[in-house]
Order: sequence, then structure tokens, then C-alpha cells
Amino acid sequence: MLVKFNRGDLHWLGVIGVTLVCLALQDEWTWMAKYPKDLILPISDWLNAVMDWIVAYLGWFFLGISWALEWPIKAVRFVLHALPWSVTTFLFCTVAWAASGWKLAGFTLFSMLYMLVIGYWSESMNTLSLVAISVPLAILVGFAFGVWGFFSHRAERAIVPMLDVLQTVPSFAYLLPILMLFGFGTVVGLIASVLYSFPPMVRNTIVGLRGVSPEVIESGLMSGATPRQLFWQVRVPASLRQLLLGVNQATMASLSMVIIASIIGGTADIGWVVLSTIRKAQFGESLLAGMVIALMAMVIDRITAGLADRSGDYEPNDKSFAKRYGAWIAAGVGAVVFLTLAQVIGALNEWPRGWEVNPAKAMNEALSYIVVNFRDEIEAIKKLAFFFVMLPVKIGLQGAVSPFTWGFELTLAHTIGYALFMTALAGWAAYRDKVKTGIAILISAIVIYFGLTGMPWPALLLICAVAGWKIGGRALGLGTALGLGFIVVTGIWPEAILSIYLCGIAVLFSFLVGTAIGIWAAHNDTVSAIVRPFNDTLQTMPLFVLLIPFVMVFKIGEFTALLAIIAYAIVPAIRYAEHGLRSLPATVIEAATMIGATNRQMLWQVKIPLALPVMMLGLNQTIMYSIAMLVIAALVGTNGLEQIVYIGLSDGDFGVGIIAGIGMAIIAIIIDRMTHAWSRKRQEELGLSVE
Amino acid sequence: MKRSTNDHSDVKLSCRNVWKIYGRQPEQFFEGTQGRFADAAQHADVIRDADHIVANADVSFDVHAGEIFVIMGLSGSGKSTIVRCLSRLVEPTAGEILLDGEDLLKKSDAELIDIRRHKMGMVFQSFGLMPHLNVIDNIAFPLKLQGITENERYAQAKRVIELVGLEGRENNFPKELSGGQQQRVGIARSLVVEPDVWFLDEPFSALDPLIRKLMQDEFLRIQEKLHKSIVFITHDFQEALRIADRMAIMRDGAVVQIGRPIDLILNPADTYVREFTQDVPWERILRVEDILDETASDSVELERVAGNTLVATLLPRLAAHHSGVLVEGEDGSVLGVATARGLTAALAAGSFSLSKEA
Repeated sequence: MLVKFNRGDLHWLGVIGVTLVCLALQDEWTWMAKYPKDLILPISDWLNAVMDWIVAYLGWFFLGISWALEWPIKAVRFVLHALPWSVTTFLFCTVAWAASGWKLAGFTLFSMLYMLVIGYWSESMNTLSLVAISVPLAILVGFAFGVWGFFSHRAERAIVPMLDVLQTVPSFAYLLPILMLFGFGTVVGLIASVLYSFPPMVRNTIVGLRGVSPEVIESGLMSGATPRQLFWQVRVPASLRQLLLGVNQATMASLSMVIIASIIGGTADIGWVVLSTIRKAQFGESLLAGMVIALMAMVIDRITAGLADRSGDYEPNDKSFAKRYGAWIAAGVGAVVFLTLAQVIGALNEWPRGWEVNPAKAMNEALSYIVVNFRDEIEAIKKLAFFFVMLPVKIGLQGAVSPFTWGFELTLAHTIGYALFMTALAGWAAYRDKVKTGIAILISAIVIYFGLTGMPWPALLLICAVAGWKIGGRALGLGTALGLGFIVVTGIWPEAILSIYLCGIAVLFSFLVGTAIGIWAAHNDTVSAIVRPFNDTLQTMPLFVLLIPFVMVFKIGEFTALLAIIAYAIVPAIRYAEHGLRSLPATVIEAATMIGATNRQMLWQVKIPLALPVMMLGLNQTIMYSIAMLVIAALVGTNGLEQIVYIGLSDGDFGVGIIAGIGMAIIAIIIDRMTHAWSRKRQEELGLSVE
Repeated sequence: MKRSTNDHSDVKLSCRNVWKIYGRQPEQFFEGTQGRFADAAQHADVIRDADHIVANADVSFDVHAGEIFVIMGLSGSGKSTIVRCLSRLVEPTAGEILLDGEDLLKKSDAELIDIRRHKMGMVFQSFGLMPHLNVIDNIAFPLKLQGITENERYAQAKRVIELVGLEGRENNFPKELSGGQQQRVGIARSLVVEPDVWFLDEPFSALDPLIRKLMQDEFLRIQEKLHKSIVFITHDFQEALRIADRMAIMRDGAVVQIGRPIDLILNPADTYVREFTQDVPWERILRVEDILDETASDSVELERVAGNTLVATLLPRLAAHHSGVLVEGEDGSVLGVATARGLTAALAAGSFSLSKEA
């Protein structure tokens, strides 16, 4: 035989056979095309019943917590509003200076002045007061869980999956239960943001405490440390940098969740301004307010990251008292000075209305000028993407190809030609000893012809389960089948497919383009230097804000959602590709050079294969980012699971929202496990270690 | 440089039939045995066959007061585990560890902390310095844990800083120091509590060869002053020869041979020990007192040399004086006669017979 099949390949051929049979029979047996309504398990109703019971009988408990948490928020808010802006600004700049230096202090000053000039000072302070309570709370909770997980492996085994779920279930999905339990108000935002932001702190705490070198522990023990001394004087200080990294991540997560939580309304914070102006199509205003969030995020990020960085360089402690506590003294004296001045000079107390500048109107006019004048170009881009990329994936070539879209009718001859060509391509790949590639070609050819929504669910489920089995072993295969089975029996399969469709295109595009940029950046320092600030900005930007520019130009719809997802998800693809290529062992490159590899051979036959495991981790992150963004993109009108989550939230239907949320989490976790398993397998084969 | 050790001096630390087993149920092999077996090697095999890992098998030795006891072995020989058993950083599975005659394994956690605070010091291969503390705080760290005031502990730390020659570096952080300097900090920290027993776990292995030699001299100089009871772990046979009063060679968790370096060279217990000793430049290790020729008769006419003279320096004289030289001890008494024949006989009996076997 020309082509050598091993057992695994035969399994795949079997899968393809089953798929074709399903496709052929789905007109006959309609349950294959569409899971019957009568068989849908009413899990969401059950969940609603449980929730109602909890609210009825335990509601007082949660309302009590809510009441208790209300006070500190109110107190901080009162202080932030009562302080003259000059004092607040001065204090923040001092903190920024202490954390990182003059440059960040300058940037902080600029950001604070921006809030004042634009006229969103009070809204910004409301957001800040929520963050100011949520961050310490998240850090405390996260640290406690982290310490528990560190000391008890059993606890860790329970905690880590819980973190996975908390971080993958879309944030919108747990806003509603919190709303139902804790009542309306700012506390909802607080609790949601604590729930969302404590997991990174837990992970960093565990990693940090575990990472302390055994000899440092032993030397602590030999110095006669009691268990308590060993923990507080050896383990914690020695892992301080990792802990502060956790603080940084928790802070960023908290801020982004506070913004998302403002979707519930009633908070008068900056997130609410962005959201309500988007809804009113006041794009200038929403962009200006969005800038406030972005600036706030960047300042907070740089300050906490600066503190984490600084934790490494210790100051000599032979300094005088004044030098040691210089920043504190300066902050105290400065605050008093500004406080006194503010009593005399009114402008330092409250920013005069007359000094506010709001270019929103001009921006709106400029925007409409652009949209009107470039309408044809914008429409052309949209159509091109829609007809030739999005539709074929969604409803398949059989639905997408029509005289209206592609300019010709899809005839039987076309179909047969397509089938023959694809089979020949797959056969050629198999002949060249790339049986796996051939199988991949066949499967994608089938999917593209019938479209994701046109595929019978048993076939897709089988393909995914077998893929899980082949990549990660029996447990992963079984888990995949069970997870997808849950999605099927709860009746959210069609929406899940729509989510996968949108995400899939975004991920494919982000990964290919992002990796290409990453490869370029790895070989060119100038490109790398240009790309880095873009990546940093895109990553610290709250997801919400990222939507605004795309909605402004392309209006509401799937295409806008797609662009927003790509803008966010391309970052990890770029980063990991560059990192993977730049951190290859130098000896391998030298060896390949001495053998006489050309640049092209070096890239394709040496560097990329070796960097592939790292790139796969990038793919993993790209997928996770795109799912995170997809949830937010529901705001601009998509049709997948994320939309159900959003509708569940606005209708107050807890069961429906949470089921859809769990569905998204299932998809995310399955993909995460598969890519990780693959990357690990490759690493072991190559004898490399990543992370 | 060499201090001769009197075998009758006090035993400071004693390790009796110590076993360390890793696995599911290590205790099952030792019920009621105290670690004593007629055939320990066979018992170790039984344990291995039961899918347990034998890190230390029936290790016994004594460390005398003021002695440098070196444990030498290749990686995986169990030498690091045994030193951790001695300090109870690792809990032995069976056996006894006697410090000043008291069983360390029977001490409560609180007592153990007290013993570590006052009686033990330990130096680590990768230094084990606290990254967040500067030199003086690192060194004073054990004192801080004891709750001693800052002034008091800085005063004590200054003393050991001087001892290891780190003056002027007090305010530097570990990452600003070279490897050799970092290990000086480690040494100073382990000495700040004035311990009786000093453990050094491959203290110089992470250092460059030249620095290593320097640090060995430095170490011997410090020991000359302090006379601690030392357990020194190394994988470097040359290092062991340079500094050991007595040494143990370990293999597969068990002790193969214990003795003075010269005993090992002249009478290796088996081919494993011989493999280490065969490449030793014997003329730099052998001393005249080791090659006494019992058959030769002494005479006042013979040239007199001190017993601890290296054979290397004596070779020309042995060649010139047919009837040998008179060897005298430290107190001037005559120990015997060394002859070219005696030297040849010593070499023939020792490690050099390996080439004959091979």
C-alpha cells in the first residue's frame, strides 16, 4: 500500500465515515439536525426554583452582608468626593512617583487632569471608590485561599478547578445571581469584582509560596524558625514579587469587572457613562469616557507593576530617617498644603465648570463626516468579509454561494468538483506521509461545505470527543463528550455553535496574523519596539472600551463584534510567537547555521518547529481572550451563547443565563485543556520546558 | 595544617543505623528493629524490591569534638539526605542520632527549634540566603528569630562579618554579591549563633575552581580558630582529601568506608573506593610517617625529618640515602625509619595494585 495508516488514522477515517452518514441521514432523521425540544432537560427551571428558595429563605443573610459592605464603600466615596481634586491628584502623583518615578507621576497627573477637563471627575471617583474597596478585599480573600491551597494539597485540588470556573464563566452570568442575592446597588459590582479578581491572587500566592527555593526554607529552619516565623519572615518576603504580581493582576481584573458591573446601572460611575452613551449612539461622549477608563487602568497597572518591580531592589537601610520616609513626609505635607490652599483658592477645590472642555460634539460631527463620505468603502469591506469568510463558515458553501453573493449559482458540477479536489488534496497529503494533514483537510472541507450550523450535532460531538481523546487521553475525550453532551441536552447547542463560529474565525485570523507579526518582531528589533506599546495598551484597556471605535465606524452587528474580538485576541498571539522565537536555545541556531541553513530553512525547519509549543500556548491564550471579548461583544448584537447570557441578565432569568454561562465555560475549559495537553506533549517530545 | 585526631576524644555527634526510605509506607520495614539488621545490604534490596527508594541504608558514624568529618559521595549517593537527617530537616525512617549523647529524634518540635537556634549551624550549596535581606540582616537573621534586639544582633553579626572578611559589604543585598561572597555570608550566618556542630552541605561546589580553593583555605583558617565539630559534604574527592580529618565514602545510600584519607588511599575497602583513590597524586598525600619501614634498623647517623613531611619533598633524599631517613614525631621522639623500599611497599599495598588486577 502506498499510504501507511496507523490505528489512530483509521479511527479518524471512521469518524469521517460517521460524519458523512449523519449528513446523509439528517433529512431523514431530523433529531440529528436539531435536538428535539421535548428531550431538553429543564435544568434552568430547576436552577430557578433553587434560587427562589435560597432568596426566600436565606435572603436575609446575603442582604446582611450587602448592608455591611455598603458602609466602607460609602465612606471611601464620601472621602474622595469631599477631598479637593488638587489633594487627590497630588496624592496619586506621589504614589506613582514612589512606585516608578517621575515619568509615571507625569502620566498620572495628565490622566487626572484629563478626568477634570472632560468633566467626568465625580463619575471617576465613584468608580475609584468601588475599586478601592474591592481590591483589598480580593487580595485578602485571594491570599487566604492561596495560603490554604499552599499548605493543603487536598484544598488546592478543590480550589484550582473553582478558579477555572470563576474565570471562564462569563462575567455577565454571575451578575444576575449576585443581583438576586445581594439586592440592587453598588454592592453587586463590588461582590462581582471580588469574585472575578481574587482568582489571580490565589494562583500567584500558591506559585509564589511554592517557588521559594528549598534551601532558603532549610536555612530558615536551621536558623531556628518556628512555623509562624518561617511563614511570615521567610516564605512571604521571599515570594513578595510574585505576590505583588498577583496584586497587579487582581487590581486589573477588579477594575475591568467594576466597569462591566455598571451594566446593571444605578451606580453613576464611569462605566455607566460609557454604556449609556453607546446605547444613545453618542460616540464622541462614549469614547471620551472610555478614555478615562483606559487611563485609569493604565495608571493603576503601572503603579502596581512598578511596586512589584521595586520589591526586588532593596534600599540600603543606613539612610537617615528623612530619606527613608521621604515619600510619606512629602505626601503628608503636600496634602496639607493643598488642602489649605483649596480653602482659599476655589479652583483648587472644585474644578470650575468654565474650564471644562468637551470635544464630544466635534468628534461626533467628524465621525459622521467620515462615515458618510466613506460609506461605500466601509460597506465594501463589510460585504467582502461577510460573503466570503463569515457566511461560508456559518452556513457553508452550500448556502453562501449564490448569484447575489459570489456571482454564480452553486451547481452539482461545482459540488462534485469541490469534493474531488478536496479528496485529491487530502490523498496527496496522505501520500506524502502526512496522513493527519489529509484527515484535517477532509474534515474542514466537509465543515466548510455544510457550514458549522449545517453540521449534525452527533457528528460534531464525535469529532470533538475523538480529538480530545487523541490529544489528551481517555479522560479528556470523555470530559469533552460529557461537556458537549450537557450543552446538547440543555438545548443551547445551536447558540453554542454560533459562538464557536464567531470565535473560531476571530481566533484563526488573530493567530495567523498575530503569529506572522510576532515572527517579524522576533527578527526585527524596530518592529518589536513598535508593537510592544500597542500590545501593552490593548491588554490594559478594559474590554468595554475596545468596542467603541469599531461600533462607531461599522455600527452594530457581527462584523463589529468580530473586529473587536480580533483587536483583543491578537495580542497574545503576537507576544507568544515573539517570545517563543526569541528564547530558543542559541546552540541550536548556531548548529543550524553551521550546517548551512538558509534563512527560510532556518525559520521553517528549525525555529518554528522548536517554538511551536510556546506558540500553542499563545493560541490557547488567543482563544481564552477571544471568548472573554465575545461575552462583551454581546452588547453590539451577536447571536450566540453570550447573547443568551446577556438576555438572561436583562430579563432576570437566572437559570437561562447561568446555563448559557456554564456552556461557555465548558467550551473554554475543553479548548484550554486540549491546547495545553498538546503543547505539553510536544514539549516533552522536544525535551524543552516552557513557562 | 593537619590536625591529628585522637580517636578517644569525645564523640560529639553520633549517627547509629540511620535509614531513610521514601515510598508509600516506609515504616513497615522497620517495626521494632531500631534499624539494626544482620545483613543491611540485603534488607535494602528487600526494600527496593518493594518499590521504595532507599536514600540512606544503615548509616553509622561518629563525629568527634573539634573534628572535620567529610562525607564524600557522587550525586544520588545519599550524602545530602544524611546531613539533613542529622539536622532533622529530613526525618529519618529508622535509627538514632545522638547529639551530646541525647537522641535528637526523640526531641519535641520546640526542643528541636531550641537546639537549632543554639547548637547547630548549616551552610548550603546554593547559599540559601534570604533575598529580601541585606548582608548584615541575613547574618543576624537567626538572632532576630530568637528575639534579640537589633543593637545586640548587629554587634554579634559584625564579629562574624570580620571573621569571614566581608567588612564593608554589610548593606549589600545577596544578588549584588559574587558567589564566593554569598557563601561567605552563608558561612557567617551559620556561625553567628556560635554553634557546636557545623554542617556544610557542598558549600563550595557552586563556585569556580580558584575561588573554591581560596574558600577551602579560608574554611580551614576559620576552623583553626573555632574548633567546631564539623560534618562536611562534598562530591569532590580532592576537596575531601584536603580538608578531612576523617572521611566516609558513600554509595547507594550506604557507607562504603570510613577512615583517615590516608587509610582510604593505602587500604581502599573495595574497587569503588579505589576508583577514587587511584588518580590521587600520592606524593602529595603520603607523609613520611605513613611509609615507615619496620624491617629497617634506626641509627643516629641517619638524617632526621619530621613525620608530617610530604613524601613529595622527601623523594630526592630517599633516593640519595640508601639506608633511609629517621622519622620523628611532633614531640621529637623517633617514630621509625623511612626507606625507599618502605615507600614502594606502601604503594604496592595500596590503591596502586589496581593496575595489577586490571
